[in-house]
Amino acid sequence: MKNLALFHEIAKNPYDYAKKVKKESGRKVVGYFCSYTPEEIIDAAGALPFRIFGRGGDSLADAHLQAYSCSLVRGALHDALSGGLDFLDGVVFPHTCDSIQRLSDIWRINVKTGFHIDAVLPVKLDTKSSGEYMADVLKKFLRDIENGLGVKIAENDLKSSVMKYNRIRSYLGKIYRIRRENPSLIGSRDLHAIVRASMVMERDLLVEELAALAGSLNDGKAAGKTAGKKVVLAGGVCNLPDIFSIIEDSGGIVVGDDFCTGSRYFEGEIGINGDIVESIAKRYKDRINCPAKHSGLLTRGEHILKLARESGAKGVIFLFLKFCDPHSFDYPYLKDMLNREGIPSMLFEIEEQLPSEGQFKTRCEAFLEMLEA
Amino acid sequence: MTGNSQTPDPEKEKRKIKSVKKMKEIMTNYYMEAKTAEQTGKKVAWITSGGPVEPLIVMDIIPVYPENHGAMIGASKMGVALCEKSEEMGYSRDLCSYARADIACAPANGGPIGGLPRPDMLVCCNNICGTVLKWYEVQARYFNVPLFILDTPFSHTGFSDEARKYVRKQVDEYIAFLEMVCGKKCDYDRMAEVGKLSVQGQRLWQAVLDTAAHKPAPMSAFDAFFHLALIVTLRGTSVVVDYYTGLLAEMKERIASGISAVPNEKYRLLWDNLPIWYRTKWLSEKFAAHDACLVADTYTSAWCGSLKYINENDFLGTMAEGYSRIYLNIGVDEMAETVIEMIDKYDADGLVMHSNRSCKPYSLGQYDIQRIVQEKRKIPTLMIEADMVDERNFAESQIETRIDAFMEVLKAG
Repeated sequence: MKNLALFHEIAKNPYDYAKKVKKESGRKVVGYFCSYTPEEIIDAAGALPFRIFGRGGDSLADAHLQAYSCSLVRGALHDALSGGLDFLDGVVFPHTCDSIQRLSDIWRINVKTGFHIDAVLPVKLDTKSSGEYMADVLKKFLRDIENGLGVKIAENDLKSSVMKYNRIRSYLGKIYRIRRENPSLIGSRDLHAIVRASMVMERDLLVEELAALAGSLNDGKAAGKTAGKKVVLAGGVCNLPDIFSIIEDSGGIVVGDDFCTGSRYFEGEIGINGDIVESIAKRYKDRINCPAKHSGLLTRGEHILKLARESGAKGVIFLFLKFCDPHSFDYPYLKDMLNREGIPSMLFEIEEQLPSEGQFKTRCEAFLEMLEA
Repeated sequence: MTGNSQTPDPEKEKRKIKSVKKMKEIMTNYYMEAKTAEQTGKKVAWITSGGPVEPLIVMDIIPVYPENHGAMIGASKMGVALCEKSEEMGYSRDLCSYARADIACAPANGGPIGGLPRPDMLVCCNNICGTVLKWYEVQARYFNVPLFILDTPFSHTGFSDEARKYVRKQVDEYIAFLEMVCGKKCDYDRMAEVGKLSVQGQRLWQAVLDTAAHKPAPMSAFDAFFHLALIVTLRGTSVVVDYYTGLLAEMKERIASGISAVPNEKYRLLWDNLPIWYRTKWLSEKFAAHDACLVADTYTSAWCGSLKYINENDFLGTMAEGYSRIYLNIGVDEMAETVIEMIDKYDADGLVMHSNRSCKPYSLGQYDIQRIVQEKRKIPTLMIEADMVDERNFAESQIETRIDAFMEVLKAG
């Protein structure tokens, strides 16, 4: 599996990768936040969609964001203010939580990274009118992207981007399933790197690499049963490859996730019949929601329960960025729902860097020890 | 019984706002009615503070405000115990303290008024924050009652036609929701009347706040925090119109007879963000001791700030935009402009900002607003790090030192 190294390299140094692509191909790079960004439209416009994560530092954010902001918004702003994101030709802020919402304003006022688009998506996703609004917003977004990049998006280009993304998502889903059924074939740390790299990589290349990887995994022989207790992870953004190693070193096997940087990114296919933008809108409306959006009162709980059951997980580990309000509000009900079904869970709040690695390992070990074999 | 400390200080008595008594009566009656709704057969809706209450009034539904409840909990200093209880329930200490306190109250009927009356429905408008969405989801699961979400897209740089259409549609959905829960039709004639009363109430509230532009100011932001309760809770009723008519007359009288909120008003300050409910008296006295009056604030004016988008003769048609473009649902730069307009209008000498851990939409962006104000108006600014209800986030001596230092700068200027 030679290309695993490629995914790891890109996931580790996404900025260098994007700069290289830009230099070599002359393509424009559009930064974005959150998995609700309709990347298909950016791709169809010929630009490289680039998901922004901070690289660790946050000191320059102090002049604009209080200490009670999450490390994602602080880290991203720091990078932008330090000039680290100067290679971007534009930035997209989809409406999600209060913090990203205000980050958009602060960014627009203080940062020069090309054009600035706010895609003010609906917050509720379970009504007819919100579905119509979602499609309206994406149509507006398409026009904004055209204006920002100075291009016209042809219907056919959009359609082929959608088909490309369908393939990307389907390969990612396939690789996840292979991992779930046969954890010895590919590490969860690798899986995480693949998803992270997918959000910044040239998508044509990505399709090829994912196809090759899925093929080689299919051919691979299972190296026998992996020892360990199966767990599912749930939360927002995970920016820490180490987390997976720690869990696995503590005796766990990650068999699924409900992460923005995991399965929420690639679930759901886009129909290619009918109005293409409306089909895109439907996918973003129907995929399992981020807790900053509303789609029923128990939807997320049922989803995580189903994930745990289908993957045979014995427990769930919640990993939240500290100061992430939407996830923290859902936690008590999710925990109760899992408890009632006899699935224990633990919560760990993380910053983008992991200063409390030892503490996390200790808690993981204690939690995993308690789980049924 | 002579000569004891019970004798009211005539100087202090003179300064007391007489309408307060009436306001207390109205609020007591309102809560009594809400608490006894089960006996009287009236339905109760819990609604967010920025939500459109007018259709509830039309449908004879009693609106109840968990945020107002949060403020009462804070003012009665019961916040810490309730917040701690919510943390035992699994809610992070970093979450909004209104939400935490209210969530902890529900199962225990706790708090200053023994809990809020049980809701028959929940109405959540996210024009103030994303937190209310999560909070109302929690309560909808707990009480197992229908939840209506009015989704008001954020206006970073403007309000799009797409958003206008979406919110307008939801206004109809909202009314259909109420008709379904109540099992009766909406009376649109009454809706038109209630809409007019709402606009009238908002105009009067703005007029009351405007009286503080007079030097010296007849009322302070601390008074506004108290008198605000009516425009929040009973907007769209004649009770509000009558009360603010009386309050406005009283303020005008105070101006005429030279009665000011602070005895020797020398410095005029603008307050930003929610009050620190458990310390309003302390802060008020602290500033007054420096001859400083908080003459206005961005918080209480939020309930009449989007009047410009509302046509009283087409309330239903225009309230979508009015409710979407309120102070908290707009970009930081537009908020900064509003702050500057207020500084000019009230002739403020300084800006006091409460960086409120509980409220990210209000607080994130304040550092930029502070900088913009300093650049454009060159007045001193003070940032107080605290929380509206959770007293554990209030460092008294540190805040006192900062206020003193800020006042020194003002006095030197």
